[in-house]
Amino acid sequence: MQEIKREVLVAKASELLGNGTVDRVIGWKNGEFDYDVTPAVFTSAEELEKEFVWNDFCGANFSKYLIKETGKSEGKVMVFLKPCDTYSFNQLLTEHRFDREKVYVVGVPCNGMLDDSKVRACSEGIASVSEENGKVAVETLYDGKLTFERNDMLAERCINCKSKKHTAYDELLGEDGEVLDSARFDEVEKLEKMTPDERFAFWQNELSRCIRCNACRNICPACSCEKCVFDNPDSGVENKAVADSFEEKMFHIIRAFHVAGRCTDCGECSRVCPQNIPLHLLNRKFIKDINEFYGEYQAGAEAGSRAPIVDYTTEDIEPSEAVERGGDNA
Amino acid sequence: MQRIGVFVCHCGTNIAGTIDVKAVAEALKNEPGVVFSTDYQYMCSQAGQDIIKDAIAEHKLTGIVVCSCSPRMHEATFRKTAAAAGLNSYMVEIANIREQCSWVHKEIPIGTEKAIILGKAAVAKVNLNTPLTPGESPVTKRALVIGGGIAGIQTALDIADAGFPVDIVETKPTIGGKMAQLDKTFPTLDCAACILTPKMVEVAQHENIRIFSYSEVSEIKGFVGNFDVTIKRRARYVKEDICTGCGACTEKCPQKKVPNEFNLGMDTRRAIYIPFAQAVPKVATIDADYCTMLKTGKCGVCSKVCTAGAIDYQAKDEFIEEKYGAIVAATGFNPISMDKFDEFAYSQSKDVITSLEFERLTNAAGPTAGKLLRPSDGEHPHTIVFVQCVGSRCDACAEKGKEYCSKICCMYTAKHAMLTRDKYPDTDVYVFYIDVRTPGKNFDEFYRRAVEEYGVHYIKGMVGKVSPEGNKLKVQASDLIAGKQLHIDADLVVLAAAIEPDKSARPLATMLTASMDTNDFFTEAHPKLRPVESPTAGVFLSGTCQGPKDIPETVSQAGAAASKVIGLLAKDKLTGNPCVAHSDENMCNGCSTCEKVCPYGAITYQDKEFRMPDRTTKIRRIAVVNEAVCQGCGCCTVACMSGAMDLKGFMNKQIMAEVDAICK
Repeated sequence: MQEIKREVLVAKASELLGNGTVDRVIGWKNGEFDYDVTPAVFTSAEELEKEFVWNDFCGANFSKYLIKETGKSEGKVMVFLKPCDTYSFNQLLTEHRFDREKVYVVGVPCNGMLDDSKVRACSEGIASVSEENGKVAVETLYDGKLTFERNDMLAERCINCKSKKHTAYDELLGEDGEVLDSARFDEVEKLEKMTPDERFAFWQNELSRCIRCNACRNICPACSCEKCVFDNPDSGVENKAVADSFEEKMFHIIRAFHVAGRCTDCGECSRVCPQNIPLHLLNRKFIKDINEFYGEYQAGAEAGSRAPIVDYTTEDIEPSEAVERGGDNA
Repeated sequence: MQRIGVFVCHCGTNIAGTIDVKAVAEALKNEPGVVFSTDYQYMCSQAGQDIIKDAIAEHKLTGIVVCSCSPRMHEATFRKTAAAAGLNSYMVEIANIREQCSWVHKEIPIGTEKAIILGKAAVAKVNLNTPLTPGESPVTKRALVIGGGIAGIQTALDIADAGFPVDIVETKPTIGGKMAQLDKTFPTLDCAACILTPKMVEVAQHENIRIFSYSEVSEIKGFVGNFDVTIKRRARYVKEDICTGCGACTEKCPQKKVPNEFNLGMDTRRAIYIPFAQAVPKVATIDADYCTMLKTGKCGVCSKVCTAGAIDYQAKDEFIEEKYGAIVAATGFNPISMDKFDEFAYSQSKDVITSLEFERLTNAAGPTAGKLLRPSDGEHPHTIVFVQCVGSRCDACAEKGKEYCSKICCMYTAKHAMLTRDKYPDTDVYVFYIDVRTPGKNFDEFYRRAVEEYGVHYIKGMVGKVSPEGNKLKVQASDLIAGKQLHIDADLVVLAAAIEPDKSARPLATMLTASMDTNDFFTEAHPKLRPVESPTAGVFLSGTCQGPKDIPETVSQAGAAASKVIGLLAKDKLTGNPCVAHSDENMCNGCSTCEKVCPYGAITYQDKEFRMPDRTTKIRRIAVVNEAVCQGCGCCTVACMSGAMDLKGFMNKQIMAEVDAICK
């Protein structure tokens, strides 16, 4: 259950459209089912009233949409950003991916979003999903109404939420929260404690499910090259089924390296993965290493910040030291 | 398709000794694009170069591969050869089959196989080479000398005499360095101050020299001919241009208990001080760590007694920015700490001293006014033991000390021993040594005089232990020639501490992107042929920052560094390096990462209009490289997430082609 009501969001968006502050609004609308809420662009109060959705499935991070949307007209675009989305927003600003002046950010507080795959995993034939007394109520075709504890259905990134604080906005609806002391690196630590063979087996198992749909890349706010190396027909790995078990690992490891230092840990890659691969763990390993090697750094905490890996100070650790810290499991 | 010629050099037996050069030339004949392949004894000789020129003309070559030594050795040579034959210099690739091939392999089949692979890689690269044309950049005709010891002084004077402006940056309040602390100098025994201070005065009075004392370099940007340097002038709380150096303040300052670093802490000075009488600039400095006024706001005595009104308690550190064409590192040395050598009881007894402390004890301007007196009780020492190689020539695996020979200790110890015997003939002087190393003009004669004329006891062997007992120092040592243990009751023990580069050298090297060895001595561009140049263009080395050396050697090296600087500053323009970065505007997304990693500030951004497929236009931010400023370091090419940045002459596809050729 989200604290802030849909009406408040619709009213704000309608007001900004009405007084000409913005000419478009990026928000959510229903997909085919209740649980597949989809990003949408609204241009009138009527559209908003009719289609705008705000519920526990509004996980989509709109930051990346601004790259294309800001280029479409002279006017401003209004965007709803949850706290974690604002990190991506700042990171994209750092990389000059759009003009800040063309965006009007309305910050919305977030109580955590549900993971649709968790809901689907325990209920077959979902007709509708709703909220009942703080629980998740699922109407099903075969088993009638099922109810689940909300916490059990939360997305992993929300269970380990890193921040309830908006790092950027023009206007805030409701109260702002704090940066949280998250346990998001616990899973990474488990992976680090594995032997290289165990870890290889873990990733082999996870990544072997990859179908190279490129959803993770397409959704990733850090992936915004004009031309992606994986779209290069000469690369031999362009949009196609893998030829051997090494290929998908290549793809994901290269992607993780590519976004290292810029990934804000928004978790969109894992959210959109149709195969439920925990891709965020690769990125979190980089974040954890950067924190340990160069001091705490949160990409997107402020616009214009400089990631340690594109910065140099005389205090930077030597590569040999990094290897030593890895120990036998490196 | 390129028409490539391959030239395999024997380098006498350097290469031909472990590599079948004929087989290499033969194997490379079959590589794609290769139309001619041959070998010759010395490709870099006139005859060898003629073979290349003739082949370029005869076979209409569009590119050449020379399989020879490191490109750092002869790439320039062969580029000139190609240019003389009408081929673009950048159509030349060197396959280094010497340093990393013939020199490291012992068996001919292995060496030959590797040489062929390296040759194939170079051929693969040349196939993708394109002609490049270098640009030009101007030269700022001003030099920066970092360090104001005898090395820096001599370099600055020589450059200034040639008519170029020079700035000296010195961290201490005065120039003069270690030499100003010395008493007499070997082998002629002239007094250090007598020969150094006139040079210091000359520096102060030279119209082309500015001294930034009590200052340090805080930032260096740019490149050869065009360095942008930020110099931090630390607050000395005395206006340099007003202070007359009368010294009234240094006599009246009530804070008397400041250890005097110029005398290595063997006496005290005031909180406001002039390091020594001949200091240049002769200006007082307030030591903020000890000044009562600066710490508590109560005192102000110096301000009251200063008739010139030079005291300024409100002074702040200032930063000045200046452009330079060349930078000379002359950061000098320090004796190592004796902390790890407690077997000599340095920390237990005041009468165990280092040689530099001995210099101050015998110096007329020192704490004892030149009388050799024991620091503990002020008595005249009757038995003195000198220990050589304390921390020098240590085992590589030993945790303490240095592997290298500090080079100056044998001579100054002979000097100390001789002077002691000369002035105090009633003193017994022992010198313990591993070897006595006295190569140098009049050096061995000097040492023999100490032994033969002055009766200094030279004993081959090391001191094992020094233990203070009563007012004596019990010295336990071995005499390796007599094969026996010695026990000497000494009054004074003098340790010839190893020397190490000044601590400021390492951060400076980082700022200069100049390389250093494992001991933090600056590395020279070539140990024999380019000994005063750093491998970083426009950076030169003077004095002990490059390696241990005595005063005559330092002065000659300082002059040599100056002549290299003069040679550079005399040019109006420098030919640039055409191997610069270039951004593919179709791939660049303007993210600014390259700008952040560029050490030279060569990258800017512009908004450019692009035609889109649907006949619309789109304005995108893209990176633009200033080719005159880019030094081709390649940082941006690896940092570029979009793969838009590439380095001319080292394009990603060229490097991948090399890798492919090696892995084939």
